[in-house]
Amino acid sequence: MSTAVAEVVEKKSEPLFSKKNKKLITNPLDIDNPITVQVLGVCSALAVTTQMKPALVMAIALTVVTASSNVIISMLRNTIPSRIRIIVQLAIVSLWVILVDQLLKAYSYDLWKQLSVYVGLIITNCIVMGRLEAFAMGNKPGPSLLDGIGNGLGYGMILLIVGFFRELFGGGSIFGFKVFEAVGVHYTGNGIMLLPAGACFIVGIVIWVQRTLNGHRETH
Amino acid sequence: MDFIKHQIEKIKPHFEKGGKWEKHYYSFEALETFLFAPATTNGIKGSQIRDAIDLKRLMMTVIISMVPCLLFGIWNVGHQHFLAIGQAGATLGEKFWVGAIQVLPVVVVSYGVGLGIEFVFATFRRHPVNEGFLVTGMLIPLVMPPDIPLWQVAVATVFAVIIGKEAFGGTGMNVVNIALTARAFLYFAYPTDISGDVWTYIGDGQAVAGFSGATPLSLAGDAATTGTNVVQSFNSFGAGWNEGVFTLSNLFMGIRPGSIGETSTLMCLIGAAILIATGAGSWKIIFSVFGGAYAMGLFLNLVGGNAYVEMPAHYHLVIGGLAFGAVFMATDPVTASQTETGKWVYGLLIGMFTVLIRVFNPAYPEGIMLAILLMNVFAPLIDYFVVSANKKRRLQRATV
Repeated sequence: MSTAVAEVVEKKSEPLFSKKNKKLITNPLDIDNPITVQVLGVCSALAVTTQMKPALVMAIALTVVTASSNVIISMLRNTIPSRIRIIVQLAIVSLWVILVDQLLKAYSYDLWKQLSVYVGLIITNCIVMGRLEAFAMGNKPGPSLLDGIGNGLGYGMILLIVGFFRELFGGGSIFGFKVFEAVGVHYTGNGIMLLPAGACFIVGIVIWVQRTLNGHRETH
Repeated sequence: MDFIKHQIEKIKPHFEKGGKWEKHYYSFEALETFLFAPATTNGIKGSQIRDAIDLKRLMMTVIISMVPCLLFGIWNVGHQHFLAIGQAGATLGEKFWVGAIQVLPVVVVSYGVGLGIEFVFATFRRHPVNEGFLVTGMLIPLVMPPDIPLWQVAVATVFAVIIGKEAFGGTGMNVVNIALTARAFLYFAYPTDISGDVWTYIGDGQAVAGFSGATPLSLAGDAATTGTNVVQSFNSFGAGWNEGVFTLSNLFMGIRPGSIGETSTLMCLIGAAILIATGAGSWKIIFSVFGGAYAMGLFLNLVGGNAYVEMPAHYHLVIGGLAFGAVFMATDPVTASQTETGKWVYGLLIGMFTVLIRVFNPAYPEGIMLAILLMNVFAPLIDYFVVSANKKRRLQRATV
């Protein structure tokens, strides 16, 4: 009975998973991908993707930071004076980044060392700031949360694809598991995949494949 | 001949519009025009007289100019092999045989893989198969060490053709030289197989006592740290098994270890003569690359510093692959500067960067590859400045 009442209330505003809101999660995975379409956050995508594991952790970290900062900024959006909004956003983002950073340091020190400055640099990641400015400042907390998660997933998806190919071709392993040796084939690591240039090539190929599939064209 | 022509005419309808192999029309057309002259003629209107030169003939001219390098390279691979295993008395035939067994598979793999990709892309993109790969397919083997693993040649060719060319839109659209892209790929992906002591094919034989796989570039690089005179260490190298291999005249002739086609400055100059005589390559680029390298060498001689810097400037022109790069790589009409003034600037900068990279960057013993790739990227910028300077000059002259 109470649930029925709640549903009515929800419908009056807009259900959290309405068709429009679902797009907030699915669009960043494809036609509005932060890396391959908006070309944001490429720096960390080149830096942390030599292996799958740091790429995965980085993806999770960024998703958490984007989603949580989006929610908080969205809740404060009507009280933040627009002249100082950037510094307020930065303060909130850095709060979450420091939390994630400390958590990683406490529970997986090796990974934290491997990711080095890149967790801290999430503060300046264009994706986070971009979502705060473009979405959270003008939308309610619910959709903002979805938008943050969606963009984090879109970023993470590319990171994992790039990390998969770089680790597979560069070191012959996936998540540290030696694939080629497991099937008894000797594999010579491809050095170019371990260089940032290798990530550039793979991101480029991903963009090529993606645009071939969805027919996206640059609009001038 | 008539028989082949008859057969081709017979299967032609299958490939034309509505035929069962319609999708593969362009693959068919490529083979047909490769075997016989195209049957298409100009319309009634418009120009009726044209020169027979087309992309195919241009490409064949360049390939012919590479034949001296290829033949010499095949012989040289065999020659160096027998010297290294201490059988200096091997006959000419034996040397060619050993060389051919090492070199021809590389050529076959390079052409097979590259043309395969060309055909696949032509089928998917529905455009005629371009002749662009004919030259690239010959250039790739010539810049490889003699015992490069064949799978690496294949991987490098795939990478170069897809990322270097097709990603940018196919033949004539590439920004950087494709053959050098293939080499650069191997250089960064599998450095152990394309740098260090890989320039002499030893095979199953046992290297003679005192054998060293060092190249003039690595000797000169060592000289920078040890301080020995470069010319002296060149002249004394190879004592006992390959006397006088790095003397100036021998370096010019190219009877020394190195990439398959790059060793002989003389053969490259013969190629250059063919290219210039037929108009296929720009003499300005060839000349200015040599000039730039020589000028930079002289300048470094004046400045001084270490033994490598003080190496006589003309040695820079005969060691490494400078001549091959200048003649066959830098002149690539697609990636070079298009304006006549721009060609001078482009060539000079390639020569100067080559020597700079050689002398000051011990991680990259040979600079010509990276210098050409770098200037490929800058060539459009050079053209832009040349064209805008030209515009400015004409605007000043204008009276209206």
